[in-house]
Amino acid sequence: MKSNNSPEKTISLEKREDDFQPSRRKFLGYAGATGLIAVGLASCSKILEQFPESGNGKGNPQPVNLGSGDTGILNYAYALEQLEAAFYTIVVASPYFGINALEFSRLKDIRDHEISHREFFKDALGTSAIPQLVLDFSAVNFTSRTSVLATAKAFEDLGVSAYNGAGSLIVSADYLTLAGKIVSVEARHAAFIRDLISYGSFADSTVLDSNGLDTSRTPAQVLPLAGAFIKNTINASGLPTS
Amino acid sequence: MKIDNNVSEIEKMSAAELDQKNSRRDALKQATNIGGKIALTALPLFLSGLFTKAKAGPPPPPPTTSEVLTVLNFALTLEYLESGFYQTAVAAGASLIPSAVDRTAIGVIATHEMEHVNFLKSVIVSLGGTPVALPTFDYTAGSGSGAGPFADVFTNYQTFLAVAQTFEDTGVRAYKGQAPNLVQGGAYLTAALNIHSVEARHASHIRQMRYNNGFADVKPWITLNQSGINSTAVQPSYNGEDNTVQAGIQIVNINGTGISADAASEAFDEPLTTAQVLDIVTPFFA
Repeated sequence: MKSNNSPEKTISLEKREDDFQPSRRKFLGYAGATGLIAVGLASCSKILEQFPESGNGKGNPQPVNLGSGDTGILNYAYALEQLEAAFYTIVVASPYFGINALEFSRLKDIRDHEISHREFFKDALGTSAIPQLVLDFSAVNFTSRTSVLATAKAFEDLGVSAYNGAGSLIVSADYLTLAGKIVSVEARHAAFIRDLISYGSFADSTVLDSNGLDTSRTPAQVLPLAGAFIKNTINASGLPTS
Repeated sequence: MKIDNNVSEIEKMSAAELDQKNSRRDALKQATNIGGKIALTALPLFLSGLFTKAKAGPPPPPPTTSEVLTVLNFALTLEYLESGFYQTAVAAGASLIPSAVDRTAIGVIATHEMEHVNFLKSVIVSLGGTPVALPTFDYTAGSGSGAGPFADVFTNYQTFLAVAQTFEDTGVRAYKGQAPNLVQGGAYLTAALNIHSVEARHASHIRQMRYNNGFADVKPWITLNQSGINSTAVQPSYNGEDNTVQAGIQIVNINGTGISADAASEAFDEPLTTAQVLDIVTPFFA
């Protein structure tokens, strides 16, 4: 994702295919087998053909406007849940080397939670929902426990901070409660993933301040970070800022 | 970005400012009272319009100072409960918590709960309110008898962890239940949310500690309404967590994804009302 007014970034599809050649076949195999992976690598032209609304298959997926008001905030959450759900779908479909039964079971749970969140927002937003995003996980080495868990930690901590920061922008008490129902589950994930990386780091000083408060981030702070994994240009200009 | 200046941010919103918004809120409340009730009742039936209707109409006014203080003192009471609990455990040390790793984790959580107490007190004072006094607790849940269902809470590590899990999971639900009272509450709401997610991080870790201490069925998240604790005394803290319908949308197998009821319930934590929380914690007050 590029910020709204940044110059269009051009990415060579051919180059990306080369980069992805070893893992791409495996990825497509899993995708075909499970039928679950709808989004993922932008270089998977076969997948893109199935979802033409996601983009033109040339590395320039359609721009996405989140909208305004509470709808905009919920689309913002929907975008983040798309990112998380797609990530864990790949993690479970092609587990990293050396994964143990407990880790696999928990990561499968997390995948299902994120899919639940994603599908909930999709249905709840109805015709107001943004389309399926085109995602790019080329920075992740899915065979490496270190790479996968570091990415998971980044996503979960980012998700917690995003929901925490979005709360004050929500007008409806009902939507605020819904966001609250989800953010604590993201925080449970974050603590678990952190403990997998380093047991006891569930709420360390990298996310908590000296008042024992978690981090919150505004959409303007979150989107550039999430955007490293999103190929669509996201227009967040309609989101409330206070 | 870390919010490390919440108090000063909150102080920026003076009591006078809040009072001004207060009268606007009351007028608006009266004007929209009937319409608001109808819209709420109809909510689950008109899902397609659920997220677009919000745009119509003016945003609700922020909570009044008095409303904020009520929430903060309620939160402070729960933080007192947790803080005192963990302080006692830290003082007991190895006689209660056998492993050094676990002692460290409990120490970390104890520090956070104490920070929450001090933070909430400072915000309450900055708003011109009076922090509620520190109550006397009975962590056996015996209402002061010292002989409640958790009589060995500070001598039996398993009991201690079970009560810790219940406190954390209840705390998450309690903060969640207060969020609507702070809707449009700016820095106050953000601060409450920033505590809420820390309680969830604690809950996740305590649950992992229980898993590592012989409770193989306990996950970092809450499955259905299962406590994983062999005591009916904690069940009210888990009732309702088995909900799988959110805003009228069934999450089980949503859009053919095969999502199970277990996962659907785990994916969303449920709020508790003030009254439900008070019922749960009352036995812990001497």
